[in-house]
Amino acid sequence: MTLETSRFESPTDVEGAVALLAAEGGAKVLSGGTDLLVQMRLGAGAPQVFVDVKRIPRLMAVRLGSEGLTIGASVPAAEIFENESIRSLWPGVAEATDLIGSTQVQGRATWSGNLCNASPAADSVPALMACGAVAVIAGPSGERRVSVDAFIKGPGKTVLRRGELVVEFEIPAPPPRSADAYLRLIPRTEMDIAVVGAGVQVELDDGGAIASARVVLGAVAPTALFVEAAASALIGSRLEDAALDAAAAASRAAATPIDDRRGTIAYRKKIAGVLTTRAAKIAFERAQAR
Amino acid sequence: MSADTNEGQERKFKRIGTRPIRHDGLDKVTGRARFGADYALPGMLHGVMVRSPYAHARILSIDISQAEKVPGVRAVVTRDDFPDVPIGWIPAGSTGVDLGANARTVMAREKVLFHGHAFAAVAATTELAAREAGKLIKVEWEVLTPVLSLEQALAKDAPILHEGQETKGDHPTPEGDSNIANQVCFEGGDIAAGFEEADVIVEGHFETPMVHQGYIEPHACLANVREDGTCEVWCPTQGAFGVKGEVASIAGIEPSLVKVTPTEIGGGFGGKIPVYIEPVAVVLSRKAARPVKITMSREEVFRGSGPTSGSRMWARIGAKSDGTFVAVETKFDFEAGAFRGSPVGAACMTVFSPYNCENFRIFGRDIVLNKPRVAAYRAPGAPIGAFAAESLIDELAMKLDRNPIDLRIQNAVAEGDRAKYGPRFGTIGFKEVLEATRSHPHYKAELGPNQGRGVAAGFWFNAGMQSSATVSVNDDGSAVVRTGNPDIGGSRASMALMCAEELGVDVARVRPLVGDTDSVGYCDPTGGSRVTYATGMAVIEATRQVVDHLRARAATIWDIELDAVEWQDGNAVAINGSAEKGSMSLEDIARKMRLTGGPIVSSASVNPPAAGPGFGVHVCDLEVDPETGVSKVIRYTVVQDAGKAIHPTYVEGQYQGGAAQGIGWALNEEYLWDAEGKVENAGFLDYRIPVASDLPMIDTVIVEVANPLHPYGVRGVGETPIVPPLGAVANAMRHATGIRFHRLPMSPPRVLDALDSDGASS
Ligand SMILES: Cc1cc2nc3c(=O)[nH]c(=O)nc-3n(C[C@H](O)[C@H](O)[C@H](O)COP(=O)(O)OP(=O)(O)OC[C@H]3O[C@@H](n4cnc5c(N)ncnc54)[C@H](O)[C@@H]3O)c2cc1C
Repeated sequence: MTLETSRFESPTDVEGAVALLAAEGGAKVLSGGTDLLVQMRLGAGAPQVFVDVKRIPRLMAVRLGSEGLTIGASVPAAEIFENESIRSLWPGVAEATDLIGSTQVQGRATWSGNLCNASPAADSVPALMACGAVAVIAGPSGERRVSVDAFIKGPGKTVLRRGELVVEFEIPAPPPRSADAYLRLIPRTEMDIAVVGAGVQVELDDGGAIASARVVLGAVAPTALFVEAAASALIGSRLEDAALDAAAAASRAAATPIDDRRGTIAYRKKIAGVLTTRAAKIAFERAQAR
Repeated sequence: MSADTNEGQERKFKRIGTRPIRHDGLDKVTGRARFGADYALPGMLHGVMVRSPYAHARILSIDISQAEKVPGVRAVVTRDDFPDVPIGWIPAGSTGVDLGANARTVMAREKVLFHGHAFAAVAATTELAAREAGKLIKVEWEVLTPVLSLEQALAKDAPILHEGQETKGDHPTPEGDSNIANQVCFEGGDIAAGFEEADVIVEGHFETPMVHQGYIEPHACLANVREDGTCEVWCPTQGAFGVKGEVASIAGIEPSLVKVTPTEIGGGFGGKIPVYIEPVAVVLSRKAARPVKITMSREEVFRGSGPTSGSRMWARIGAKSDGTFVAVETKFDFEAGAFRGSPVGAACMTVFSPYNCENFRIFGRDIVLNKPRVAAYRAPGAPIGAFAAESLIDELAMKLDRNPIDLRIQNAVAEGDRAKYGPRFGTIGFKEVLEATRSHPHYKAELGPNQGRGVAAGFWFNAGMQSSATVSVNDDGSAVVRTGNPDIGGSRASMALMCAEELGVDVARVRPLVGDTDSVGYCDPTGGSRVTYATGMAVIEATRQVVDHLRARAATIWDIELDAVEWQDGNAVAINGSAEKGSMSLEDIARKMRLTGGPIVSSASVNPPAAGPGFGVHVCDLEVDPETGVSKVIRYTVVQDAGKAIHPTYVEGQYQGGAAQGIGWALNEEYLWDAEGKVENAGFLDYRIPVASDLPMIDTVIVEVANPLHPYGVRGVGETPIVPPLGAVANAMRHATGIRFHRLPMSPPRVLDALDSDGASS
């Protein structure tokens, strides 16, 4: 399929989008297009139908309440990062979002695209997982909710079935005295793909020790990875050196990266440990400040 | 122009040294400027190059019959559509030219010699049809073992890229066919005695990767061959006259039939001196009888154009305990890519020339292998050699416990000293630059934890060569200055400034133009840091002739002798016995041109055999994250002798641009190859040039030691700034981490690896 023979549709409601996606196997959701169009240019071929979902009000809406955040799947990264409430409630998610590409790319790029593209190196995904985010999926047989950590099946593979699209994300309100953080390593300062990413969320008990934690690594396995052992190492601690060392060791052990042009196995494993401790410290300080 | 017309030291300039807005600025910031890919003609076809899937293979046969049947296809061309230009090196200046190699670089003939080497091209009504047709071209290949490293190229039983290629050049050359295309050697004094005499010797093996110029605009061209055989080409190029010659020779057309119009150009750095697609577009257009446009993708730019050599180097310095250099020696192996012509010669000529040392042996080899053929890249070869030399000088300073700038000043060349390649230096500003660096606040600033400071120097010859300029006066007293040098770094503003200075008018009254090959006198390319120097000379000369005309017209109007008219800041002024006539402005004279002899136009051409060399010193502060190996340049200062800065903003721009490219080369840039010789990172995502946020604002200091060869004292400034950074960054890394890196780039994984192995892997 080539651009000359592709069709472009911009439905204005979810039903319309589902109908188009269900009717034609060669239909693809177009959100910001910063993955889809780039891949097309690199020779991946154009879809039969572009289903541009940015005209659907629900996919562009932002609702923030006591329960948490419900946000349309196509809200661009720039709008998310510029939202002060989102930035103060989920600073880790916000900073992950702000790392995607550059100012120009962020005017277009979206969480749904980042998630559905299912790259192991996607920046928003570990941060969203660390905060327990859920993707709301609409399809021919109605809607279903899938937590972000269960959404990606492998590089380029997701739970989406024919006719389905992500319509919004839900992030539960952060518990009191909890906070998140996200760090990634790239050789440059921007316009690069994560060599390693690490999202950490911690919740403190009344005494100021870590009561619960989530540690997620990106770019070191086929999908973003919960590192339970690293989280366990942090729980009960106030980030004493021993706890940090144990968490770093757990991350290094859990990482199963590949050698590629962005980093070697040995390097990625080391960095997985370093970013785990650094992100944990930031999340811990933020939680203490709340 | 002779040295006695030089006023660089004394003359009080009115406009030179100011910073007017560049004439092309508005069009560029509004996106209206037209670059190569912006040109189109009615009925135009889209051409695409068809590129080799192998790094080394013999072409046994090519069948284009299926490709020609694709709907929309109007022409398919291969080697059979091009004349067979014989291979052969024609020496020219410090390098040379091989027209046969140029032809084969553009369109493979006997063999493909690198992955991505073009062996056919298609023109069709759509780019898509052309690409589809390209896939249907059937080639019978005899796949050969690719030679992908210097080791492989030099191995005893190495596959030979060019049968019949014998090593040329200096000193015992290998017998028979060889991948060593050329050897150069500069020797002086007694090298063995020199090292014998030394109290300290520092030495090291160094490696640098093949890197690309990374210009922002991919190559593009539009060609139209007409029924009468005349041919027009529009393309972004550093030299339209060069394109004209190459098109004529490679496409087999009379040069007189070819007209080349240079478009606006988005960077070149040497990589837009050669042609890659222009002759092909011409041959396609000739065959299809329609205009043809070819635009290279970024991926094609990485696979098929540029780059500069990767290298393996060994060097050593012997010094007395007081710091005096007594012997220097190098052995350089440079990758030429598919055809001879690496810049190893220039690397050898520049490497130790900034320093006095009587005993020296500088040896280099130019080695072919199955990688893209190298093209010029800003001070070709010099940054590579300087990386080795300046790293070793830093080591020497540490061994002798000397300040690295003092040690350099002690050994620095000055006027009358001999360069290693022969000639004596004229007036140069190396010591002045070193002293300005030593007293700069940056050099004295405190450093924080994990930070290190590196200093390195660099030198580039700069070029003179041929240039022409035409200046014409409009009847409102404004002027047009036309040259044939594409403006890459703001040179139009500099040409206008020089013209305005001589005329004595506001620079806004002078419109600078870059002409096509039919509308201006011959100009060698925009390269060699030569335009402001040599083309500027032609502009000054032509403008002085215009001024003489203006004086003569005033003399006619006043009916007095020419000698009684002086030109003072835009006015003809009657002097001596005629002072009572007063003065007459340029506008007044221009308005009366038709009555006093008609239009005033003057042209001048120059061919200065030499230029004034440029010396620069860079200071780099680097901070290294010891846990990740990620480094960041936190402060960077460039100090360089410009002779005379015509438009200081564009001098500073050259300093900053060269530093930025050199920093990228030092820290992250490299081609990554798969086992078959295919570039794995043919794009800016994984070929990491620095982005704006990677660099601090690069500070600049313009030192002005007037160049006696130029009427205003100008020296070229474009290339010297890329010579020191590789060494400066490596020296900063040494002082931040305690580890001497011998291999570039110093990317985060390599740095962390070296830190974790105590330098064993550096
Ligand atoms: C220069 C540049 C730099 C980049 N830097 C980064 C970076 O630093 N970090 C990073 O993580 N990524 C980066 N990216 C990749 C990209 O920008 C992100 O992955 C972005 O979040 C993709 O979002 P999008 O809306 O543009 O996706 P699109 O391109 O619109 O879509 C991507 C894929 O997801 C599918 N899709 C999109 N929305 C839905 C939906 N609602 N339901 C079902 N399927 C859907 C599409 O069909 C497509 O297959 C970069 C890209 C570029 C071009």
